[in-house]
Parts: sequence; C-alpha cells; structure tokens
Amino acid sequence: MITNQFRTARPETGRRERRRVRLGEHHLAGYLFIAPWLIGFFAFTFIPIAASLVLAFTNYNILSPLPHWIGVRNFERMFSHDPRYWVSVRQTFYFAFTSVPLKLAFALALAMLMTAPRRLVGVYRAAYYLPSIVGANVAVAVMWRQIFGTDGVVNAVLAAAGLPAHTSWLGNPATAVWTVIALAVWEFGSPMLIFLAGLKQIPAELYEAAAIDGAGVLARFTRVTFPLLTPIIFFNFVVQMIFGFTVFTSAFIISNGTGSPLDTLLFYPLYLYQKGFRDFEMGYAAAMAWVLLVVVALLTALIFKSSRYWVFYAQEEA
Amino acid sequence: MIGFGLVMLYPLIWLVASSFKGPSEIWTNVSSLIPKIPTPENYVRGWAGFGSVTFATFYKNSFLYAGIGTILTVGSSAVVAFGFARTQFVGRQFWFGVMMSTLLLPVQVQIIPQYIVFTKLGWLNTFLPLLLPRFGGQAFFIFMIMQFIRGIPAELDDAAAIDGCGKVGIFFRVILPLITPVLVAAAIFSFYFTWGDFFSPLIYLNDPKLYTISVALRAFADPAGATDWGAIFAMSALSLVPVFVIFVLFQRYLVQGISTTGLRG
Repeated sequence: MITNQFRTARPETGRRERRRVRLGEHHLAGYLFIAPWLIGFFAFTFIPIAASLVLAFTNYNILSPLPHWIGVRNFERMFSHDPRYWVSVRQTFYFAFTSVPLKLAFALALAMLMTAPRRLVGVYRAAYYLPSIVGANVAVAVMWRQIFGTDGVVNAVLAAAGLPAHTSWLGNPATAVWTVIALAVWEFGSPMLIFLAGLKQIPAELYEAAAIDGAGVLARFTRVTFPLLTPIIFFNFVVQMIFGFTVFTSAFIISNGTGSPLDTLLFYPLYLYQKGFRDFEMGYAAAMAWVLLVVVALLTALIFKSSRYWVFYAQEEA
Repeated sequence: MIGFGLVMLYPLIWLVASSFKGPSEIWTNVSSLIPKIPTPENYVRGWAGFGSVTFATFYKNSFLYAGIGTILTVGSSAVVAFGFARTQFVGRQFWFGVMMSTLLLPVQVQIIPQYIVFTKLGWLNTFLPLLLPRFGGQAFFIFMIMQFIRGIPAELDDAAAIDGCGKVGIFFRVILPLITPVLVAAAIFSFYFTWGDFFSPLIYLNDPKLYTISVALRAFADPAGATDWGAIFAMSALSLVPVFVIFVLFQRYLVQGISTTGLRG
C-alpha cells in the first residue's frame, strides 16, 4: 500500500469523472472545496517565501522603518565572513547524516523482531511508539538534558557499573551532539511502524522458497527482505532527512538556545532563530532560510534521482 | 524484547519517578526508580508557576491552542481533501503537486516574513498568528484524509447525486459520516503536534499569561535563576498526561493512521 501511495500519490482521474468534465461540468465546486488551502497557501506560504527572497537582499531590523537594499551582501557575509554559519552547516549535516541512518537501522531491526508472532505485540508496539509521540515535546528535551547531566542517570548507571563517570556529556563538544542524536534515534517509533506495515506485505512464499534454496538468515535478509523493502526505506529516508535538517526543539532546549558547547549544537534552524529572533537581523535570517530551502530541495531531488539505482519496485517487474 | 522495551520506556518512567522525589533525594538517588519518601511537593511548587501565573493558566492556554487549532486544521483539511479526491477541475493535478511539495518545506523558510507581517498587524502576544494559518488545513492531514476517501466507492456519490444531492450534500451526508475514523486519527495527530509545538509559541508569545506549557517549561528551566528541577520534572510529567491519556484511549486509531500515511517524525 504505502509503496504505491508514495510513488503514485495523485488524485485519481476516473473515466466517469473525465466524462463529466467533457460534458462541461463547471470547475467552481472543486475550487470552492480547495479554497481554504489555496488561500492559506498564498497567504501563509507562497507570498511569505517570495517576500523572504526579497528580504534576503536587504538589511532589515524589525525595529527600523524599512528594509534597506544591500544586494548580495548577506550571502557574501554568510559564505565568507561568518564562521558560525559554516559551523551550523557542518553540525546540521553531521547530525542528519548520523541520526537518520541510525534511527532507520534501529527502526528496521525492531520492526523485524516484532513481525514474529508473539503475545503482547500491541504492548511492545505501544512501548516503542510512545517515545516518538512525546519526543518532540519540550518536557522530553528538558528530561534528556538531565539524564545526560553531570549528575544525571547516565553517569549514575556508569558509576554503578564501575565505569568512569562524571563526564560532562553536555559540556563536552565531542559528546554533546551525540546526546541530541541519541534523542533523535530514541524517537524511532514512526519509521518502525511503517517498516512493520511494509514487512507484512512481503509474501511468505518468498521466504519459504529462499529457505528451500538453502538461504540462511543473512541471505534471506539481503536477497528478500531488503530489496523488497527498498521503497519503504526510501520513503522513510526522505521524510527523516527533512526532519533531520529542521531539528530545533531538542537542540534549543539542551543548549539553552545558545548552541553551546563550542557551537556543536548550533544546528541551522537554531542559528537562523538566533539571527532572526534574537539579533533581529531579519534580512540575514531570510537569506539563510532561502539557502536552507535550496539545500533541502536539492537533497530531496538527489535522493529521488538516486532511487532509480537502489529502489526496487516489484510491480514494474511483473 | 521485554528488557529492550523497558530501556525504551526508561526515560519516561524515570521522569515520573523523579517528580515524586524530595529535594534531598532528587540527585542523590538518581538511578533508583522508587522514591524513598514519595512526596507531592514538587507538584505543588511547580503548579504555582512563576510570577503570579500558575500552571493552570499554561494548561488552559495549551488546551485552547491545541483544541481550537485541531478543530480548524482537521475541519478544513477534510473539506480540502474532499475537493481533491472527489471533484474534477482544471489544474487539480497541478495544485495537488504544489500541496504535496509543501510537505517538504521547512517551517523556517516562511517564518521570517510571517513574523514581520503579524508583528506589524499588532498580533504579537495573541493567538491569532498561531491559529489563523490553520484555516487552510495542512498538507499532511489533507493527504491522509484523501487516501481514506479514495477507498470509499464512488458509486455512493453517484447514488446520492441521482437522489439530487449536490457536491456539498455528498460531502456532508455521504463522505463525512464514513471518514470519521480517519478524522479521529487526524485529530489525535494534530492535537499532539500542536500540544508539543514549541517554535511558534516561542516567537509569538512573550507575555507569561499567554504561555503554552511548552514555552512555560522552557522559561521554568531558565538558567538565569536557580533551577527547581523537582518542580520542572513534576510539570513535565503533568504536561505529558494528555498525551498519554489520548494514546491509551485511541491507540488503535493511531497505529492505523501511522501505517496508512506514516509521516510523523
């Protein structure tokens, strides 16, 4: 189901409906129904993004009366005179490219464990999914900050196990970013449920046939499970990548909005927030927002393009 | 499996346990889940809030924001979803494509000009900037509801049309009663997203009287003062209560909603 939905997600144009259009049914009804979205799109998305492009070429402080045109100076500053900008870019890529694969691997491994029929599957599902629904919450980020604090649970457990503790996880630039990555990985529930749905669609005959051919556990995974699951992996990958590039709350709470230590938690959205809403450099923040838009668009396009080489659609073979 | 499940749930259990620990115990007895002397005093101190604003106010604000926001989002998403799924008009494919691509759009990209406009309109410190954009529905929910509508046989529409029902009649009398399950799922998700929303309340609400729980918790944990962790744990645990209650009551719908569209982070 999901496989097809994501690829061919577009309204159905049934023959019946097409006939009606030919008969000249007016189009007003359709537009009236989608009007709320259309109006919302122009008012809150399209026009703001267009305005953002104009602002990106200005020097604008919300307290000053008018934006002041400065050409490409914002971009110049961003790319060549703002070391913190590059730090935020680097840390965001670092975060996205570590947390997303880890999260997906976790999600897939657990989904596979849970396909085996056993009692209380519903309970397990709840246990694994719960962290995801509460995960985006400030309360969880606050709690996470304490768990990894100098006198937090992680250190207490390490001490109890006789391992060296009292490392400042959050104060040490080498480990701080990993606490946020751990939080992201902990929220693996939704991709896991999607994997679960995908695994259920793999016909049992394929596994039986593979077993008869003498395929071991590993071969069954690499030859059957993985290829048939690639559309779902692809879907999860795209969605999680975009989430990865827009992570805000956890980094903001854990670093108190500063991005410290040594800006290792200064993810792109957090830096954008600092520029726009702390320093009120709206023009600069708008320029940053546009670069983010371009990067996310390029990245998504790249993943889609690459899918031709590794995503396998059983339907096309048939 | 059970062990791993417990590890996953451990942080949440720890949070609740810690919220009942007294000040002498909260850092000395970190790894124990059972408070030696359970006490509700953290809840009392936490509920008092800060300044003259109690957590009752933050709770009320969060419920207002999440409640009204959810009704607006799901209501308009259902209407728009019907438009895309069941009416025919020139440009439908195009607008559908545009709508789906907004799913990939980072919030940060539109926030600057939106903020400027809402500020110039004098809407800072009101709920208008948070609620108004919800009249348009949200691509995520529109798509989710659409997928569901597409599973309903078109013959029902035709039968209603023969009986003299217009598109509006078909929507209200045929489709709406049939899509209740997906509307419930969408409402739960929308409530969760809004309840946990941090970015928008953070930038638009500066008056403590208007704070939602998420912003209040953050203000509570401000490093400027001596942080009262016991109270923060207590209020964090309380802020998760609606999330848990809804989860327990509607788990079935959630799993269904996730596995049919599954876009949640």
